[in-house]
Amino acid sequence: MNRQAQAVVLFLVGGAMTHAGSTDLYLRYVKAGLQPMVVGAGVVLMTAALATAWYEWKHSKSASGKEVHAEGHGTGTGAGHGIGTGTGTDVHDQEVHVHREPRVSWLLVLPLFALILVAPPALGSYSALRTGTALQAPLAYPPLPSGDPVRLSLVDYAGRAAYDHGRSLGGRRIAITGFVALDGKGTPYLVRMALNCCAADAQPVKVGLTGRIPPVLQPDTWLELTGTYTGRRTKDPVNKGIIPFFDITEAKPVPVPRDPYDESWNN
Amino acid sequence: MSITKAAPPGPGPSDTEVRGDEANGGATGERQGWQFSSPLVLTMLLILVVALQGPIRRAVSEPVMQSWMTVFVAVVVQALPFLVLGVLLSAMLAVFVPPSFFVRALPSRPALAVPVAGMAGAVLPGCECASVPVAGALVRRGVAPAAALAFLLSAPAINPIVLTATAIAFPGRPEMVVARFVASLLVACVMGWLWQRLGRTDWLRPPAHPSDEGLGKGAAFWNSVRHDVMHAGGFLVVGAMAAATLKSVVPASWLGLAADNPVVSVLALAVLAVLLSICSEADAFVAASLTQFSLTARLAFLVVGPMIDLKLFAMQTATFGRGFALRFAPATFVMAIASAVLVGAVLL
Repeated sequence: MNRQAQAVVLFLVGGAMTHAGSTDLYLRYVKAGLQPMVVGAGVVLMTAALATAWYEWKHSKSASGKEVHAEGHGTGTGAGHGIGTGTGTDVHDQEVHVHREPRVSWLLVLPLFALILVAPPALGSYSALRTGTALQAPLAYPPLPSGDPVRLSLVDYAGRAAYDHGRSLGGRRIAITGFVALDGKGTPYLVRMALNCCAADAQPVKVGLTGRIPPVLQPDTWLELTGTYTGRRTKDPVNKGIIPFFDITEAKPVPVPRDPYDESWNN
Repeated sequence: MSITKAAPPGPGPSDTEVRGDEANGGATGERQGWQFSSPLVLTMLLILVVALQGPIRRAVSEPVMQSWMTVFVAVVVQALPFLVLGVLLSAMLAVFVPPSFFVRALPSRPALAVPVAGMAGAVLPGCECASVPVAGALVRRGVAPAAALAFLLSAPAINPIVLTATAIAFPGRPEMVVARFVASLLVACVMGWLWQRLGRTDWLRPPAHPSDEGLGKGAAFWNSVRHDVMHAGGFLVVGAMAAATLKSVVPASWLGLAADNPVVSVLALAVLAVLLSICSEADAFVAASLTQFSLTARLAFLVVGPMIDLKLFAMQTATFGRGFALRFAPATFVMAIASAVLVGAVLL
């Protein structure tokens, strides 16, 4: 890949990063705290691309003064090629030092296409069922906020239900949000992926469902469930972690939240 | 390879001619007659992919492909900012810091320079993606390779951000933070000294860096940034593909089988750290969730991960050459396990 093409790839990758960082797209892949880094990196990459193009242009302008440059190369693709070789003067001035740009750079177009054309969704039920529940004992059980039903994060509910036997829940009506996952036997779970840095380390926290389960459940649909604590629990077949249950009284579909991951463990 | 793939599906009679010529050109490294300049290839590739985006989207709509792509994009989006940070630092080192600075800053005896450089790793705030280009720049600036390698290994493991994350991930277990710090620094120093005794400079064959001679400071700076991002970024993509494949194809339940035997569990988590290629700022949280494993096994995960993983191996190949990476990576892997077991036996 010559320097012009590199400048184009750098600019596109930088642009894609800036775009992902300045919309909510980046939240599908990394934690919210990385936003300044993602946007900053995008801007640096675009600057590097513009700088490369600028220096190439200056370089070719000064090089075109030397007639040696045009010689023997002009026939194939015309003037474009003279600039296109980029390292042209290196080749001519010192035959020994020919710096071939590595082919591996071409791979950078893959994340570019993935991010711009496909923009894959946040991890869903497929990953959730392959990985054991990552529920850990909470450090403390602060009093519940007010409201009826009281809105809790799914991870908060699961922690209180599994490790405090629901004592701090006080029999109140609770609303939790997550996506549906159905295991091989059709057992429904409500899941939220918890994330520490990026989706590569995302791990599910699963809550089993009981009570008035909606008759039709599609995997990966987001639901807000209202209901109460139940003492029922089971073990995750993958890692023997505790999966607490939730007794549903009401279910309604909701849009995917702005940040699809639970990041409460980051702080 | 990508050039041939990107050839238009059927532009007419010249098609076969182009392909044949390209094959010859690839073999001899010398292209004549029909020229395919890379901007042209890139343009055709972009047009082709945009034209075929419908079929491409359908092809990747399977859950396993979707999760593969999500992890792939996530690793790249997460690592690229740190790579850019490291590349900027390395370009600054290369352009604005004179070589004489390092001569004065580091002890002249390499045996002493190694631990000093290892400790200096504590000040680079970032993960392993940042340390590879910086260590490469240090070598090019004339720092003893042994010292630069100690820095390369220690920086991602013992900086304040990573140690803080470890403390948060293991609440009430400060000995885990101490053990990680001690074990990582130990590996970094031992590997530095090993290189000094056994290392040969002809193993260390960094791919030619564009020469900065005759360029202004600004041009040299951006030249270095462009080269390092394109080069290390390409290898980062290789590592991200490997990590995504592991995460979305290999079942996690395999791990449970290894947890019972103390020896196997240490080895299993060390191998897992290599395969997963998680950022060193996040690996402590993953280690914390592997509750079925002993603390020593999890320490091995935390010590091995920042020093050698698939992504790092690819990036080290890019920066220092294949001959180096093939020798350095296995040695680091063994040393990291030994150090983790030793420190784990004493501290945990």
